[in-house]
Amino acid sequence: MARLEVRDLTVRYGGHVAVDGVSLDAEAGRVTGLIGPNGAGKTTLFNVVSGLLPTQRGKIFLDGRDVTRMNPSRRARRGLARTFQRLELFSMLSVRDNVRVAVDSRRSWSRDPGTAADATEELMGRVGLTELADERVDALPTGQARLVELGRALATRPTVLLLDEPASGQDDQETRAFGGLLGEIAASGVAVVLVEHDVGLVMRACDHVYVLDFGRVIASGTPEEIRHDEAVLAAYLGTGVGVRT
Amino acid sequence: MDKFLTFTIVGLSTAAIYSVIASGLVLTYTTTGVFNFAHGAAGMLAAFCYWQFHFDWGWPTPVALVVVLLVLAPLFGVLLEMVIMRNLEGTSETTRLVVSISLLVAMIGLSVLIWKPDESRPMARFFQSSAPISVGPTTITWHQMVTLLTAVAVALGLWLVLTRMRVGIAMRAAVDDRNLTMLTGARPRRVQMLAWAIGTALAGIGGILIAPGLVLDASSLSLVIVSAYAAAIFGRLRSLPMTFVGAVVVGCAEGYLQGYLPQSPFLTGLRTAASVLILFVVLLVLPNPRLRGRIRSREFFPAPTWKGALGFAAAMVAGGVILATTLSRPDLITYGQVFSLGIVALSLVPLIGFAGQVSLCQLSFAGIGAVVMAHLGGGGNPLALLWAALIAGGVGALVALPALRLSGIYLALATASFAIVLDRWLFLLPRLSVFGLFEVSTFNQGSLSVDSLTIFGASFADPGRQMILMSVLFALAALLVVWVRRSAFGRILVAMKDSEAACATLGIDLFGTKLAVFALSAALAGVGGALYATQLGSISPGNFDFVTGLPVFMMTVVGGVGMVGAALFCTVSLYAVLPLYSALLPSIARYAVVLPGLAGLSLARNPGGAVQDVREGFLPLRTSPPAIGATVGIVAGLYLLRMLDVLGNWPFAVLLIVVPMAANAAVQGLSRPEKAEEPGADVPLEWRGIVRPWTEADRIELDQALGVNEVEIHGAT
Repeated sequence: MARLEVRDLTVRYGGHVAVDGVSLDAEAGRVTGLIGPNGAGKTTLFNVVSGLLPTQRGKIFLDGRDVTRMNPSRRARRGLARTFQRLELFSMLSVRDNVRVAVDSRRSWSRDPGTAADATEELMGRVGLTELADERVDALPTGQARLVELGRALATRPTVLLLDEPASGQDDQETRAFGGLLGEIAASGVAVVLVEHDVGLVMRACDHVYVLDFGRVIASGTPEEIRHDEAVLAAYLGTGVGVRT
Repeated sequence: MDKFLTFTIVGLSTAAIYSVIASGLVLTYTTTGVFNFAHGAAGMLAAFCYWQFHFDWGWPTPVALVVVLLVLAPLFGVLLEMVIMRNLEGTSETTRLVVSISLLVAMIGLSVLIWKPDESRPMARFFQSSAPISVGPTTITWHQMVTLLTAVAVALGLWLVLTRMRVGIAMRAAVDDRNLTMLTGARPRRVQMLAWAIGTALAGIGGILIAPGLVLDASSLSLVIVSAYAAAIFGRLRSLPMTFVGAVVVGCAEGYLQGYLPQSPFLTGLRTAASVLILFVVLLVLPNPRLRGRIRSREFFPAPTWKGALGFAAAMVAGGVILATTLSRPDLITYGQVFSLGIVALSLVPLIGFAGQVSLCQLSFAGIGAVVMAHLGGGGNPLALLWAALIAGGVGALVALPALRLSGIYLALATASFAIVLDRWLFLLPRLSVFGLFEVSTFNQGSLSVDSLTIFGASFADPGRQMILMSVLFALAALLVVWVRRSAFGRILVAMKDSEAACATLGIDLFGTKLAVFALSAALAGVGGALYATQLGSISPGNFDFVTGLPVFMMTVVGGVGMVGAALFCTVSLYAVLPLYSALLPSIARYAVVLPGLAGLSLARNPGGAVQDVREGFLPLRTSPPAIGATVGIVAGLYLLRMLDVLGNWPFAVLLIVVPMAANAAVQGLSRPEKAEEPGADVPLEWRGIVRPWTEADRIELDQALGVNEVEIHGAT
């Protein structure tokens, strides 16, 4: 069963329809890609799914349970975590304390074994931040700052993880390592949803891909199917206007 | 029916004044983004000037009006824009708030300076001697008529300017997008200056119209105009038509309350507090804003260390002992407030400094604590302190409950209106029996006496012992705040200040967290207030009113509200340096009233706060244990000399300041040669190439920091 189900979701800003009847599924143990040109509605979709924006129509289910009317905090407690395209780190805190805030939050609603300090160190090791633990997050390059957001999101032990352009700001080597990390996270049973402009990473890491344009899903399938989809090529290369209708 | 009509006219003429004032406020807020807390004070100054010209110097009415409204007020507005408001672009909302509150305090100070407050200054209404005009069964005075016509003229004038004139259209465009407006050839700077000129003139009109009905008094006149803020909030600070509607609602509500509210000592205050209550309620029903994302700010407050905190606490207690044993009895009473009000200032640190929530009613919570101490602390029972914490904390949570949906300027206004409701109504109530079950009383319509503390049989009535006790309690409170900052709760507070959105997606309960920090902060303020009351011995509502609380808020923020040192900075500057300055230089003591305001105005330049600068300045001394030991030793020696009366108070005080500074300079002088040999590794990225030559390694680091691919830029060709 899909961990995250989005059904017929619509978001309007005044007269502009940012997300238009989108449905998608993200399954446990898999990386689901979400691609599309700038302004396609990817980040808006994440904001609605995580509860930061209201929706005008449609439903969101986490593990089969309707969370459409829940506030972001309750969704998080039900296993939803995310990172942000425009970084939302806690600049007054060190790398370690950024992760620690999330660990403490998790422990306020769930009994986990071990101490919070150990859990924090373990998470930082997992995303490769141990050496930077005492740095101020403001001093980090974007690529590493994104890892802090990932570590923070993982600290809530999510079942569904939304990643908004996690590889932007990383160099090639970091992106390759990151692809491996994504695989590990998915393998631990998490449903990962990835918004990414690095098509190479999406094709390598994803099991299933949705393509969004003008707020609608214009194609979905395996990376191989998407690569040859005419509507997708048209949306990206701008040939033909038929796909927009 | 006659009565209804009479009070409708009263209400409408009040509404007319509020609409004029509020439209000026909306005009300046929309064009510059600064909510001007001093808007009312500008009206107050205009009223005083008009009184001076017309009633004192006998200028004819038209001349006085033209000089005040068409010359002085617009010039003052332009001056404000050029000297202060212009620098506020791109600063945080708290900074803007503090700057405009400082302006309010400075302007009240200025008027007290020019017009001695204890004189009576009667102001006649317009055409006072002419007979009122009859309107059906009732009459309307000429003053009311002038007021109503002025409001209509202002509304028409604003409509004409904003919709029919080029400059007005540019004004509206500047609200939407300044840069875009500039591209179309308009000059936003000039437009903003014009908005401030008109806005200040409108405040002036309002001030002159409202003053004859009230006493010409600086702070009450500046605050009466808070009622006009309620009208502006109706229009969400943006819509002028809704502002006029709001003015009618508030004005008529006040008019009818005046006519129909039954005579009762419980309800007298409600009349003056009504508009503020309306403001509070309107703020609460405003549509819910979205969770805000990350705010980029120039402020950074490092987490305190236990070593530093213990050092600070020890220094406080040592300071208390030194003061207690060297100062005379009257001086002890003068400077005694430093530590107790320091706890009130300290209560702002977790709230504003850690959590980023603004409160303008901390001194009101302190007042609640003081009342609890007076009623329950008979015989100096220290258990009353606990009650003060619990009750003030509970009230804090109650106030926070509805106010927490708000942020920034709206939260500031909500807490300010709560403080004013206390001042004007709740603190003035007689004893009140709740369903015969229990009694609630505040100041019992007068002042209350408070016993000094007695702990385990030891009395602290002596000002010296009191000083030591207060310094110990202040040190403990500071340690508590440090503990909070270092705890899981403290990390969540700091995280929430940065990004509420990120906190929510991590499962953090924002509402509960805000409620908890509000309650904690109110409880701390309550204890501070209770202790302050035991020092005063007799308390009245005036000790804890809104205007008295503003400098505490301002100076703590100026000190650097993210650090406990800011609380000390606040109370030392307000309750030690200012009185000392007045005592030393009595001839210019009068000018002291504007100093806190001026200090607040400096904040725009230095948002990190003064304490941070001091900390950084003393870094050499702080990081050298032998130097700390030596300094403490010397200070102890000086203290001994003082105790043996070898040194007088003045040389001792001067040496106390000079010795640490000299030690700091000495350590710095000794360590400088070593430092010079270090490579410039710790030079911040943006300074490389400026303070030392640019290297290849710097380029690579810059590329990494920017997240750009080296090949993309350098190797693509």
